[in-house]
Amino acid sequence: MALSKQTKEAFLGPLNVNNPVLVQILGICSALAVTVQLKPALVMGISVTIIVALANVVISLIRKSIPMRIRIIVQLVVVAALVTIVSEILKAFAYDVAMQLSVYIGLIITNCILMGRLEAFAMTNNVKDSLMDGLGNGFGYAMILVIVAFFRELLGSGKLLGFQIIPDSWYVANGGCYENCGMMLMPAMALILLGCVIWAHRSINDEEKK
Amino acid sequence: MEHALSLFVRTIFADNMIFAFFLGMCSFLAVSKDVKTSLGLGVAVIFVQTITLPVNYLLQVHVLEPLGLGYLSFILFIAVIAAITQLVEMIVEKVSPSLYATLGIFLPLIAVNCAIMGGSLFMQQRVGLDPMNVKAIANLGDAFAFAIGSGLGWMLAIVCLAGIREKMEYNDVPKPLQGIGITFITVGLMAMAFMCFSGLNI
Repeated sequence: MALSKQTKEAFLGPLNVNNPVLVQILGICSALAVTVQLKPALVMGISVTIIVALANVVISLIRKSIPMRIRIIVQLVVVAALVTIVSEILKAFAYDVAMQLSVYIGLIITNCILMGRLEAFAMTNNVKDSLMDGLGNGFGYAMILVIVAFFRELLGSGKLLGFQIIPDSWYVANGGCYENCGMMLMPAMALILLGCVIWAHRSINDEEKK
Repeated sequence: MEHALSLFVRTIFADNMIFAFFLGMCSFLAVSKDVKTSLGLGVAVIFVQTITLPVNYLLQVHVLEPLGLGYLSFILFIAVIAAITQLVEMIVEKVSPSLYATLGIFLPLIAVNCAIMGGSLFMQQRVGLDPMNVKAIANLGDAFAFAIGSGLGWMLAIVCLAGIREKMEYNDVPKPLQGIGITFITVGLMAMAFMCFSGLNI
């Protein structure tokens, strides 16, 4: 099946040029809070992708019958129902990760990416494009989460996905000369790292434009 | 009473909504360009938070918990928040048009502000805590203290950032870092400064 240009654009745009986190500055709250380790970041990225894609599809299906005045509440209820389902599934199959994510799973409801995509895209586009747009934005969001979490976990605790990456013998305690950067585990570093990612992203994209 | 006061101070400084939990980041970054507007949004957040959080507290304690409907909390809380923001908007418009002129544009924004929803979800987590714990919310007074404290903390953060950003207009920032990039780094540095409060104990 050949995808139309518009559909492709809906999927690929948010991955780079139109990234929801880096360019549109949406969904920052959770992007920063869950990135201390790689695993919760991955789970969060996947959950958001699923919810954005499904919510986009549902809203796109019923877009013609939603009264304009109460559309925000309709959108919120659809999203809240989806988030409740995902949250219950996570509690059942990945309890420890669900506990780590704590309130941030519930906060997917107020994640600006969802409301932004529903308002700006799903309300005016057909189901197929909306699905691709949702997937694209979800992946774009997950990508940033993973990048930030990668650096924070590697530099902050010397691990990736819970596995030790930096050899034990390097640490000062074992006679080496390496020490974890405790600062990376603090909330403040998430902001600064994301600032640097935005910096890199902008300088690369500006060069391409020239 | 003592507990409520300690919770209140803790929520403003040590458990600041922005610097410790990153809640309400989107509007925090988007609206912090000048002090006056951010003050307006800050007041609106305190206002809505102070009404919705105690309402959600009562719902949690008297409806959701006794009936074992905990899993419905997301839908219920967001519906309460959306309805109350809508209601507040209509009442303010009717009663005080001048206040509406300053707050009005922000009120719809607040329905999807994570700080409001986050406040309610934190409240839900803290209801069951041991009453001796400083973070516990044991009664309606505590819920009010937590609501006002978290709103005030949010306002403090956004007004500070707006002040810094106004001054930063004149700085020579590298081009790709201009705008949002440098704002993130500024917030990061502010968060480090707020970490000093984390040992605060009253």
